[in-house]
Amino acid sequence: METGGTATLETEETDAGYLVRAGGVWTVRFVRGLDAPLRDLMPKRTRGRDAVIDLTGLSRLDTAGAWMLHRTAEQLRVAGLRVSYLGETAEFRTLLNVVATQRSGFNLRLPPAPFFQQLAERIGGLIVTAGHEVRGLVGFFGLLLQALWRTVKHPSRLRLVPFVHHMERTGFDALPIVCLITFLIGGVLAQQGAVQLQRFGAEIFTVNLVAITFLREIGILLTAIIVAGRSGSAFTAEIGSMKMREEVDAMRTLGLDPMDMLVVPRVLALIVMLPLLTFIADMMGLLGGAMVVWQMQGTSPGIFIVRLKEAADFWTFGVGMIKAPFMALVIAMIGCYSGLKVTGSAESVGQETTRSVVKSIFMVIVLDALFAIFFTTMGI
Amino acid sequence: MDSEEPIIKVRGLKNQFGSQVVHDNLNLDVYRGEVLGIVGGSGTGKSVLLRSIVGLQRPTSGSISVLGQTISQMDEDKRRLLEQKWGILFQDGALFSALTVAENIQVPYREHLQLSETLMDELAALKISMTGLPLEAGTKYPSELSGGMRKRAGLARALALDPDILFLDEPTSGLDPIGAAAFDTLIRDLQSTLGLTVFLVTHDLDTLHATCDRIAVLADKHVTVQGTMSDMLKCDHPWVKEYFTGPRARAAQMSASG
Repeated sequence: METGGTATLETEETDAGYLVRAGGVWTVRFVRGLDAPLRDLMPKRTRGRDAVIDLTGLSRLDTAGAWMLHRTAEQLRVAGLRVSYLGETAEFRTLLNVVATQRSGFNLRLPPAPFFQQLAERIGGLIVTAGHEVRGLVGFFGLLLQALWRTVKHPSRLRLVPFVHHMERTGFDALPIVCLITFLIGGVLAQQGAVQLQRFGAEIFTVNLVAITFLREIGILLTAIIVAGRSGSAFTAEIGSMKMREEVDAMRTLGLDPMDMLVVPRVLALIVMLPLLTFIADMMGLLGGAMVVWQMQGTSPGIFIVRLKEAADFWTFGVGMIKAPFMALVIAMIGCYSGLKVTGSAESVGQETTRSVVKSIFMVIVLDALFAIFFTTMGI
Repeated sequence: MDSEEPIIKVRGLKNQFGSQVVHDNLNLDVYRGEVLGIVGGSGTGKSVLLRSIVGLQRPTSGSISVLGQTISQMDEDKRRLLEQKWGILFQDGALFSALTVAENIQVPYREHLQLSETLMDELAALKISMTGLPLEAGTKYPSELSGGMRKRAGLARALALDPDILFLDEPTSGLDPIGAAAFDTLIRDLQSTLGLTVFLVTHDLDTLHATCDRIAVLADKHVTVQGTMSDMLKCDHPWVKEYFTGPRARAAQMSASG
């Protein structure tokens, strides 16, 4: 087989006519250099004269080479020459026939739209999508409340096995990562706070700083974000792949309501587990803070607890905990909703999963801000 | 070039996944310019065989040579050159979803050759037309195409570099009978005009009748029989008998002869 080879091209204009001599290996790998010369190729005298394309020196030809020969022949024909081939084998003839009978020269590129049109299109598209999204979510929230109410009226409708399974998956299995992250953040918060407060001689308030920020805000926020990334995405991916394989449709035709089967157990499991996780996250954060304070300032754990009692009352802790079930509802709802929105393809599962995580983290932070305004107004 | 020297030569191939042996002592020859159909029941490793030959799957043992070069003992550069001499059509086309059909066809040009944009467009248009796609398909994305059109586009990409060997993995699966028959004709036509050697994995008896010069049957972990369609009909291996003379086979035979 050829690994090296060249394609050659010679032209000769005599009184008898115009001669184009092709030689060597005219395959897609070697014809690159001939593209421009062939396009420029044109005899000085054209109209009514003969042109001969000589293929005798040609050892190999493929569709790319045949296309370029055919293109050249057409180019000469348009200029008014009579074109014929010389020395073509049966094999070359077949290839030349193949390329000659194809429709060619049609447009393969769409012209890009002007910049401002693209800008307007994308902004408009985003707004419309966001509108649909909000409508869809509100509608889904209604369906979910309906399903939850049915479950409350007839508790036997609750699928116990999936409920417990999802409690384990979203709660118990998330413990290591939640504990580790909150412990470390608690420590960092205490360390950074201590350094800054020292400048005012107020390092004694480090405990207050850690206790209040962690119990009110950081504990629940961190936990919710971890859970959104871990379980919200899992909900979307699980339900999404079931939707993709038409399992959800199969469920409907068998008289099972996907809301009862898939959504309610997940939502309830997360509503139960997120507060528990938040409680553990709070404890781990305080533990991290206590360790750092003990190391840096020599405040023993006993004294830490006494200071903690002075700094934080029940409502400092309560404010954080109250948010947990609401955030759980938002995360689980967005996760399940995105999963059910998946359409046929595997790409759509990936896209929806990414969107679900982004949306639920965004909503968690919005919700947290709303709660902050509410509690401040209420003076808690 | 000696026409009797096989273009693909498989000797003593063994493929094993965990404790499951898929191929054991498998031998196979493919000759230049023929269309070889590979058949076999589900799970007999037809696709695994294809993947082993093109180097996507490292065999447990055995040797495979393509165009006189041994696959396992090849360095990167030689491999890259060899890969330009075959084209593969995967089951669902395996088109790159982020690129249009024309851009998909131009991928090998961009990667391996430095052609001018105009020439690449002309060649892509040529391949689109040769595989019988409508003209406007070139600017479309794979998700906008039907299954049959995706396969044609996949075929156009496989043919981009004018390969010597064409590997087809279940080319007609998922197509309606009319689309499948049209695809069979397309394969046969391209094979004869471009002088291709075709390695075809299929389940489709109609495709076997319509396109294949020779058939190789995978059963009991190796190639049980190979030969022409009439050889298959004479064979008395139970699976082969069942496959080629079952009720569906008779219908395919009738449509092929009638």
